[in-house]
Amino acid sequence: MTVDADMLVDPDLVQRVLGRALQRGGDFAEVFAEDRRATSAVLDDGRIEELASGRDRGAGIRVVVGDTTGFAHTADLSEAGLLAAAEAAASVASGGTPRTVALGERGGRPRSGASRPGDAVAKADKIALLARADAAARSAGAAVAQVSASYGDSRRRLLVANSDGVLAVDDQVRTRLAVSVVAVGDTGRQTGFESVAATTGLELFDRTDVAEVAGAAARRAIAKLAARPAPSGSLPVVLASGSGGILFHEACGHGLEADHIAKETSVYTGRVGERVASPLVTLVDDGGVGGEWGTFAVDDEGHPAGRTVLIENGVLVDYLWDEVRARREGRRSSGNGRRQSYRHLPMVRMTNTFLLDGDADPDEIVAQTPHGVYVAKLGGGQVNTATGDFVFGTTEAYLIEDGHLAEPLRDANLIGNGPEVLARIDAVAGDFAMTPGTCGKDGQSVPVGCGQPTLRISAVTIGGTAGA
Amino acid sequence: MPEDLAALASAVAGRAGRGEQIEVYVSRGVETDVRAYDGDVEVLSQASSAGVGIRVVVGGRQGFASAGSLDADVVGDVLGEARDNARFATPDEHVGLAEPDGRDPAVLDLWDDGVPGTPPERKAELALELERRTRSADPRIRQVSSADYGDLAVAWAVASSTGVLASGRRTVCSLAVSALAGEGGHTGVGVSAGRGIEDLDLAGAADDAVLRATRLIGASKARSTRCTVVLDPRVTATLLAVVASALSGESVTKNRSMFAGRIGEVVAAPGLVLVDDPTDPRAFSASPFDGEGLACRRNELIAGGVLRGFVYDSVAARRAGTASTGSAVRGGYASTPVAGCRAVRLEPGELAADELLAAVGDGLYVQSVTGVHSGVSPVSGDFSVGAEGLWIRGGALDAPVREVTVASTLQRMLHAVTHVGADLQWLPGLASGQTLAIADMAVSGD
Repeated sequence: MTVDADMLVDPDLVQRVLGRALQRGGDFAEVFAEDRRATSAVLDDGRIEELASGRDRGAGIRVVVGDTTGFAHTADLSEAGLLAAAEAAASVASGGTPRTVALGERGGRPRSGASRPGDAVAKADKIALLARADAAARSAGAAVAQVSASYGDSRRRLLVANSDGVLAVDDQVRTRLAVSVVAVGDTGRQTGFESVAATTGLELFDRTDVAEVAGAAARRAIAKLAARPAPSGSLPVVLASGSGGILFHEACGHGLEADHIAKETSVYTGRVGERVASPLVTLVDDGGVGGEWGTFAVDDEGHPAGRTVLIENGVLVDYLWDEVRARREGRRSSGNGRRQSYRHLPMVRMTNTFLLDGDADPDEIVAQTPHGVYVAKLGGGQVNTATGDFVFGTTEAYLIEDGHLAEPLRDANLIGNGPEVLARIDAVAGDFAMTPGTCGKDGQSVPVGCGQPTLRISAVTIGGTAGA
Repeated sequence: MPEDLAALASAVAGRAGRGEQIEVYVSRGVETDVRAYDGDVEVLSQASSAGVGIRVVVGGRQGFASAGSLDADVVGDVLGEARDNARFATPDEHVGLAEPDGRDPAVLDLWDDGVPGTPPERKAELALELERRTRSADPRIRQVSSADYGDLAVAWAVASSTGVLASGRRTVCSLAVSALAGEGGHTGVGVSAGRGIEDLDLAGAADDAVLRATRLIGASKARSTRCTVVLDPRVTATLLAVVASALSGESVTKNRSMFAGRIGEVVAAPGLVLVDDPTDPRAFSASPFDGEGLACRRNELIAGGVLRGFVYDSVAARRAGTASTGSAVRGGYASTPVAGCRAVRLEPGELAADELLAAVGDGLYVQSVTGVHSGVSPVSGDFSVGAEGLWIRGGALDAPVREVTVASTLQRMLHAVTHVGADLQWLPGLASGQTLAIADMAVSGD
């Protein structure tokens, strides 16, 4: 066994804690230790309003007995603290045979590979990014009435060990900057938002200029001052490359998570091998894509990041799996067990989920749409996996008239049913791009990536107020 | 107990140097969560947590730091980090901690010993019983995807070098169950919340989930139309929470609210009265003190349809040239306080829910909404959400509807309120709701 300074908890102690967790029997036990340090800074109303630092350190311990999971967490990483949490988690077991645990070789990535992790960069350098964003947004036009820019970095060191002998570490460095602009005009107030985020250090800003991020947010707010209400009804919709990719996250991503499948609370239950989308759709989830927002070396259950083809040429190939769901099916986790922090139980989650390129030309797709809506940027979305009905919001959209972009539209949600909308994708271009997002499920938030090339849906309901 | 937390917070706040303000917020809590599935306990989670958040203000510059521990050395590090962070802020004459304002806090009993004192086995039995009752209530229920019991018992204190010292403790527990009916997977969620376990209405939560799921069986998409929309009390609460965010003095003073500059104007239908009252013990979010340790109070926001006021913490109040309304809210030890509503509700009207439907005659009853975070803006007022529910025909609920959106603007919706129900439901979260009728909304479908 490898013992080194990268371990948050001494592996010998981890073995004793796992043994205590299984003292009353049980099928599986796990220790997840985490040390998270974060810095955030907010510029608002022209001033650096606040710089904040946070530190959170602790361990979550779970014991699985049959279909029951016991879980406890502690901020005390001493032997006494960990053993007490192990006993609390083990309270779901009774009368079983105690087991000892032998850990294997360490897996994962002890160092992040980030060249400028946030904890090694001067605070003044972070503040300077915000000032630059503010100036760029305010110079975009006289209508800009308010600018808020936020910076955040985090370093999350973790150790995961379980009764199968898994011992893994990771060092996840993330950096994010977001700009929110309010523009005011005769028609009232409108907002624009843009963000950049990656699983890297501040080298992120070597390739992305914060002034461009801020400028995009400002342009979006200003353009909407002249926007007309979005249509009410069903129309063709073109989603621009990098507009958010949230369509697939909501239309099918959540419905392909194995917990929903096991409980038959997904419209995709029992449909592997069937056509569930247009033949133009090949959808992949990959937690190992270099530097993307949903990327890591090992997931929060100690399994290496995996690449899973979910839908291939329109046919459903597989679901996403975590440890518990995979064990019950006698297969391996796909590396999709994630949790918000040591205070949370892991569950099946997406990582970076994206549609592969097609061969259409993005301009041609618009030119061949006589009347419809062009979505340049999407906001969030939400799905009921049991019905498949989902919504996703626009934050920058235009009417398409006679194959050309026309007036900007005010924000609205679009609504559709997953399998129906996926079947109606009738054009996919070759201009793929990814965007970062935050995914919420059962009260837990994790960073994810979403990606897609420009594509068209032949008909989807647009939730505006004007005649379609 | 809050006493030792108050002593800890006071001691650290007392370390302020000349020209320096320090505010220390500390909390400690225990929580239990149980999920039942298919007759078994699926998850039993027990946890305790504690943490500290410290604000330092020097020369109009604020710094903040937090940590998930109350160990003395950690608290010392957090103070040092907050002091260092303050060096980087831009000086602002309005920035500074709250000063005591002499208001007496409401006397509220927000604690039930039974929440931390009940063994987890008994709590698990509640979740199991909730699942059993929901599953067996109706043959059309084909799945109960989750049946949850959850509780929290938390004690907190805040102390500052400006003379604030406040502490408190509260408990809350809840049941939530999600039932699926029919082949379409129509989903109904039932909830019940209380200060103590005895307050929970298990049968009511189960029956509500079953009713909400089964009445959607056969739901279909609709043709686009315009009609009166009647909101379920929970949907009304969701709507009010967004309206409340636009009434935050923080949003208003920073030009980020559709209500900015509109005090004294008619912004809603004539009879509408909107209040934020954290001193009402029936509100689950009731509190004697706000996030800066000042006494919470009843604030009238809209009366007779006229915009009367906003809610302020001490910083937004100074910026607006007024006094704090005792409305600083904070998300926990890891975040700074900000002006916001805590317990918003509309004054109830005269009509019971069925009388309200009869008065409306024809329209769409919205049982639940989706996409509020992506389709509703308190800045522009644009409103567009996914909805499911039932048509209202001849004054009663009729055929079910799904996969539609309802849209308007918040400004128009407030003016277009035609009926406020008498059936106010106290709900967890910052707003409570009753059945509410709003005329002339766009319903989008095929």
